[in-house]
Amino acid sequence: MTVIPGHGAAVSLYPRLAWYGFRRHATYWAAALAGAFTNTVFGVLRAYVLIALWQARPGLGGYDAADAVTFTFLTQAFIGPMQLFGGGLDLPERIRTGDVALDLVRPASLQLWCLSEDLGRAVYLFVVRGGPPTLVGALLFGIVAPHAPAAFFLSVALGVVVSFAWRYIVALATCWVMDDRGLAVLSMVLTTFFSGLMLPLTIFPGWFGDLSRALPWSAMAQVPADVYLGTADPARALGFQALWAAVLLALGALMTGAARRKVVIQGG
Amino acid sequence: MIRTYALLAWTWTRAAAQYPVSFALMTAGGVVVGGLDIAAIWVIFANTGTLAGFGLTEVMFLYGASQLAFALADLLFGNLDRISRHIVSGTLDVMLIRPAAPFVQVASDRFTPHRIGRSIQAGAVLAVGLSRLDVPLGRVWMVPVMVVSGVVIFAALFTLGGALQFLLTAAPEVANAFTYGGATLTQYPLSVYDPRIVRGLTFGLPLAFVNWQPGLYVLGRPDPLGLPSWTGLLSPAAALALAAVAALAWRAGIRRYRSTGS
Amino acid sequence: MIEADGAGRTFRVRGRVVHAVRDLSFRVAAGEFVACLGPNGAGKSTTIKMLTGILTPTSGRVRVAGLDPSRRRTALARRIGVVFGQRTTLWWDLPLRDSLELVRLLYKVDRKVFRERLDEMCDLLDLGGFLATPVRQLSLGQRMRGDIAAALLHDPVVLVLDEPTIGLDVVSKAEVRDFLRRRCAEHGTTVLLTTHDLGDVERLCRRVLLIDHGRLAFDGTVDELRATAPGRASIEDVVAELYLRSRTTPRTPPLPLPAPDGPSATA
Repeated sequence: MTVIPGHGAAVSLYPRLAWYGFRRHATYWAAALAGAFTNTVFGVLRAYVLIALWQARPGLGGYDAADAVTFTFLTQAFIGPMQLFGGGLDLPERIRTGDVALDLVRPASLQLWCLSEDLGRAVYLFVVRGGPPTLVGALLFGIVAPHAPAAFFLSVALGVVVSFAWRYIVALATCWVMDDRGLAVLSMVLTTFFSGLMLPLTIFPGWFGDLSRALPWSAMAQVPADVYLGTADPARALGFQALWAAVLLALGALMTGAARRKVVIQGG
Repeated sequence: MIRTYALLAWTWTRAAAQYPVSFALMTAGGVVVGGLDIAAIWVIFANTGTLAGFGLTEVMFLYGASQLAFALADLLFGNLDRISRHIVSGTLDVMLIRPAAPFVQVASDRFTPHRIGRSIQAGAVLAVGLSRLDVPLGRVWMVPVMVVSGVVIFAALFTLGGALQFLLTAAPEVANAFTYGGATLTQYPLSVYDPRIVRGLTFGLPLAFVNWQPGLYVLGRPDPLGLPSWTGLLSPAAALALAAVAALAWRAGIRRYRSTGS
Repeated sequence: MIEADGAGRTFRVRGRVVHAVRDLSFRVAAGEFVACLGPNGAGKSTTIKMLTGILTPTSGRVRVAGLDPSRRRTALARRIGVVFGQRTTLWWDLPLRDSLELVRLLYKVDRKVFRERLDEMCDLLDLGGFLATPVRQLSLGQRMRGDIAAALLHDPVVLVLDEPTIGLDVVSKAEVRDFLRRRCAEHGTTVLLTTHDLGDVERLCRRVLLIDHGRLAFDGTVDELRATAPGRASIEDVVAELYLRSRTTPRTPPLPLPAPDGPSATA
């Protein structure tokens, strides 16, 4: 595809990139279904542990047992669209091979380019990897209905943006840090634990709980789940997500500029 | 078989030694990932004194036993889950022209000792749990037996997962539900699960013999499902039975590959 | 040394049965150098895989070095050497010397014998300069020489080469061909090679097997192959014509050529 710089091109470029991102992931449907199967199995295992915990402590963290089960399957459904285990971007590979130099000289923002593709990916995985765990959770245990569906979908979308902004920063850091695998592991540890994927952040004790709920990772799973359950004020929750999205996207934009200077001056 | 495995594992260890920083980071990463599970247990017991009838030290004992078994099986056989990549990239063909069993070659491929970090961590949790439990000497001997049986059971699961990938080359992640799923399932006392599931894990896929049945024997606690206390002693038999099934499945997978050669 | 009797291989592709190779019969005597030619997708790869025990034939019979490859895979592996031009059998991160040492242990070659063979190979293939270099840092030509050395360390009676000169520059190609001709003639090794490079055929092989549409389309000497298309200057042209002929002749009759002055003239 050739991109003609000009007014019309920029308007249609990014939606088209999103559509390509969607289609590209749709070709890996078998892998997506396998991921959905695994996410569902782990959802069932997590649900039983949380049911046992809520039997011992009814009302813990402001949830009842049905809320806790719903929380489990929702966060399992978020693993694909939010890429909670990391990855989803081609950027680290392109930095390693040096192809990123080509991306940085395009007459389009690298960050917006990647964001568009990632949104397309997220839409596809939201349906294919998010649907099965939710459905199985509903059939086996029964899950509660969404409190505010419109706010929930908005919150999921903002969660994807925060997740993207974070993964973009981690990927771009490969320009300066030699070992990208170490970074990937660090990011995965922070994301799985502080997004609420392992346990709801609402039951983390004391100052540790307060801190974990204020960090950006909570915007990827805990907050959208709370909007679904009605255990968070939708306006405040969306504002929290939007704030982190803006901060992380701005940081990513600064890093893109620095990366471009590095590539232009040092030749990669 | 063992000689070839040791030879290939040693070769890969030396190859990995060429990237010492990466090796250190992967070791640290494994320990931190294991640490997350321990942190989750800590958060749960910060909120409650017992989970499904078991206290913190008992859960530490059960967690340590199953995770030590899993970490050792993962160290030795975890690379079997890369079989679909060998099929797609054609490296399985290279293995088939060598005078050694493909199973040994796949299992030892890219062997790195960094997973030993996770074993030490799980072993430490098991040791702390045991030291606080006061287990009579007459039942302590069961602990190494259950760990070895657990290693065999998880190794068989990795093998079954690998065999499954001969059918599902495009979707190798399905195997994770059985291998990593089995490891997650046995972290907590099986009494948290529905009794029908526990029955399935006793008489079907024998994950109850990793740490649950033998663990109940060591702890001297009655089985909530009413099975006799000697059920735990059957762990080695259950492990061998599953290993036999896994061996048959692997052979069927290789035979299928040689008759499709995709 | 190599025997195929009506060997065939079918695959199931989306429910349809596809004949990759059918009714393949040929014999290669000990010490012969044979080239296996054919257009892409003709069944060369499938044939090689059946001969090395990677694939089991669905019909007919194959014997290599006196063994049934699919039944006696491990025993066969000790008697044959295989080189894949498109992928290496060496260990990517290890120095070449360590990779060869590992091959020695896997094939259980005596240490003293190994030393002698390695010295010979270092001489002929000029490996000395990069024995200590990790395989991933070798040039393609160096890597291929290393791969050939690894395939010959256990002194196989049959050597199978799958596109051994692919991607090599002219100098490396000449070195590899020289080495193969000398070494295999001295040791009486039987060689079967597949290639798209007809220079390999002209410089190494007397006999050619042409596989097309899964069948044996030609079996004879290079001179006999030339005679099938008289008037063609180079062997490249001869083979190109054979490939083209086979593309138009089977199953459907050839399309009538349009008249010189276009279809309107006949109307």
